Amino acid sequence: MNTATPFLDLIDIGKTYPGVTALAEVSLSVAPGETIGLVGENGAGKSTLMKILGGVAAPSRGTIRVDGAERAAMTVADATKAGIAFVHQELNLFENLDVAANIYIGREPRKGWGLIDEKALHDKVKPLLQRLGADFPADALVGDLSLAQRQLVEIAKALSLDARLVIMDEPTSSLTASETSRLLDVIADLRANGVSVIFISHRLQEVERCADRVIVLRDGKVVGHLGREEIRHDAMIRLMIGRDLKSLYVPPARAPGEAVLSVAGFRTTAFPGKDVSLALRAGEILGLAGLVGAGRTELARAVFGIDRRVGGEIRLGGEPIRIDSPRDAIHRGVYLIPEDRKLCGLLLDFTIAENISLPDLPRYARAALLQGGAEARNAEAQKERLRIRAPHVAVRTGSLSGGNQQKVVLAKWLSMRPRVILFDEPTRGIDVGAKGEIYELMRHLADSGVAILMISSDMEEVIGVSDRIAVMHEGAIAGFLDRHQFSEDRVLQLAVGKTLH
Amino acid sequence: MFKKDLGLLILILVVGTAVAIINPRFLSPINLSNTANLIGLFGMFSIGMGFVIITGGIELSVGSIFALLGVVFIDLLVTFGWPWPLAILVIVIAGIALGWLHGILITRMHLQPFVVTLCGLLIYRGIARWYTEDGTAGFEFGITFPALEWLTTGRSFGVPHSFVVFILLAVVMGVVLHRSVFGRYLFAVGKNEEAARYSGINTSRIVIAAYVISGALCGLAAVYLAMYTRSISPASHGSFYELYAIAAAVLGGCSLRGGEGSMLGIVLGAILLQVLQNLVNLLGIPSSLNFAVMGGVILIGVLADQQFTRRRQARLGKP
Repeated sequence: MNTATPFLDLIDIGKTYPGVTALAEVSLSVAPGETIGLVGENGAGKSTLMKILGGVAAPSRGTIRVDGAERAAMTVADATKAGIAFVHQELNLFENLDVAANIYIGREPRKGWGLIDEKALHDKVKPLLQRLGADFPADALVGDLSLAQRQLVEIAKALSLDARLVIMDEPTSSLTASETSRLLDVIADLRANGVSVIFISHRLQEVERCADRVIVLRDGKVVGHLGREEIRHDAMIRLMIGRDLKSLYVPPARAPGEAVLSVAGFRTTAFPGKDVSLALRAGEILGLAGLVGAGRTELARAVFGIDRRVGGEIRLGGEPIRIDSPRDAIHRGVYLIPEDRKLCGLLLDFTIAENISLPDLPRYARAALLQGGAEARNAEAQKERLRIRAPHVAVRTGSLSGGNQQKVVLAKWLSMRPRVILFDEPTRGIDVGAKGEIYELMRHLADSGVAILMISSDMEEVIGVSDRIAVMHEGAIAGFLDRHQFSEDRVLQLAVGKTLH
Repeated sequence: MFKKDLGLLILILVVGTAVAIINPRFLSPINLSNTANLIGLFGMFSIGMGFVIITGGIELSVGSIFALLGVVFIDLLVTFGWPWPLAILVIVIAGIALGWLHGILITRMHLQPFVVTLCGLLIYRGIARWYTEDGTAGFEFGITFPALEWLTTGRSFGVPHSFVVFILLAVVMGVVLHRSVFGRYLFAVGKNEEAARYSGINTSRIVIAAYVISGALCGLAAVYLAMYTRSISPASHGSFYELYAIAAAVLGGCSLRGGEGSMLGIVLGAILLQVLQNLVNLLGIPSSLNFAVMGGVILIGVLADQQFTRRRQARLGKP
């Protein structure tokens, strides 16, 4: 397969953002009909590379050669013209339109007077669907299709654009085993027809099954090429890690105490068939690792009472409790720092003081009337304690940096009496300095007897901050690791569903 | 927030001065008193509308509620001979019940506020017409309720009592909106319901409470309007009044997206609307142009406000 001449070459591509090097000296060529596996951890530079291929981002350095013509960057239109198409992780389809309309959106065959030629449209779409072995008609509403079927629609759309290269970003992350198998067949079929595929996935077994060669990215660099025969699970993992994990770790002041919060046989709506049992101990930071979509956020949301739980029980201090709403959780000292700070954690138009007092507002009121002074005094104290950088507590929270916003979310809960705090991606989008401060705070809280669960997709954080790690895989706990067992390799193995031996 | 209110106040003064210069009768005690009465009548339910709009909702059934509760009120007094305090109580409770029903449909059944209250608009108007067999409900000649009339249509030192009640309500509800725990929750829910939920606020209860408050104020306003007109033809009584309330709230700085608004703004909005009505009468503009003038001024007001806000933000360097 590799004998064919490449039609697309990326040569020494570099991309820097202020303060960060996302990609350095990355070269990649794509020949007709080959399937390239692209693997690497979160933040290794995969998405930046894809943005450059799609014409969304311009490289800072390097050359892109398409069919022999060299250029410094591509626009989205250039990429489309070069035959590059994406099948995104979050599918970009209109659920309210039918399959045919989605495939030809913006390029509808017309009859004149601006009317759509429905017959020509369906005649064009039918052979595409047939070629992919689709089990749904062209006039099915996309909203009624399963995720796997929607993916086929995206692929049909790529084919309708005469794509020569289809880039699939985590295409199997929400598919069942048989759907995955069908998708891999489709990929094999594309290859036979001379269409190239770049397959980005954390699921290494699937990469093993479909890729002709694999490129491994780490910290923005290509750290390995594997040919067909060399593609093996452990070889890929070995290349993906090997990053120097600075020892962030600050050990706890004393050994962990009793279990404060425990869940047993706990099932969420995301994975109603899988159950989770785990215990959060006083004074301990339990890291919860796993791939995106493993059900970690859903677990935290259900424990906090945002989502309904399907089954199982929660115990707090040994007593079984009911949590049906966030109100119940908050009353018992179980707090959540949500993943999406801007949408769920804060009211960006409210001031710092108004955000901090919100979950405990009656405390700042006399006869149901708010005492602005009491709110401001507490907010000032929290601002001082957490080193929130703002001129005063009456500034709009939306005007603060990510790190300071996160500190405001923390200040909400620290103003009350925490027993358990669930952190969901606590340092996402936060600069290095503020990260360190947040870790310090978490340790400080743990030492004061609070039980902490930290959901994180950042390997450095999981290994550097946790006292113990639980790894989730497709809605269930794949395993627990104690401090002396920590390694990136073990976490990854468990996260992709392999058992440790 | 305060700057917005100040702008509105200036607009009222400018319009008022212009009208007064062109037609000095604007400032005559009788004209001022009549205008104040209308401000009171329309202002009362505009307050409730403001609360609903701050949650990000809308209440379109206001005018139909006036027709329905109005004919029932007159019937209770005239046909059934109920004592008027009891009748008022029943009407206000009926208003609360309707508001509660709207709130339940919106929060528990997840229907859109526009749809729920649009259906209310049609249903209540229909029932009112059926109830009176499309006739007119009114007080027979010679029947009087001196105490009730003093409370509703009476005046002290030339100040109509409807206006007094409106101002009292505005003060109380202003404190509720801007100083109470509930008021803060109302803004939080309107601005970002998800974040409010994550902070442990029972968001459904807050939304229902806003519709209940609006319903209660509608019930009270229904009594005042019935006493003001003294006869109700249910096919037209109160028609489009919800639009006056929405206009007052929007002029007063309430955003239809929710989370924004002030009591002072709503009061000033209600005043401006009636001054405009008065302007049409006093300047000899054909009264058929009434709505057109109102619409034009609101449009210009909202446009100007947006321009000012943009300029202010540009000065502060915000995106």
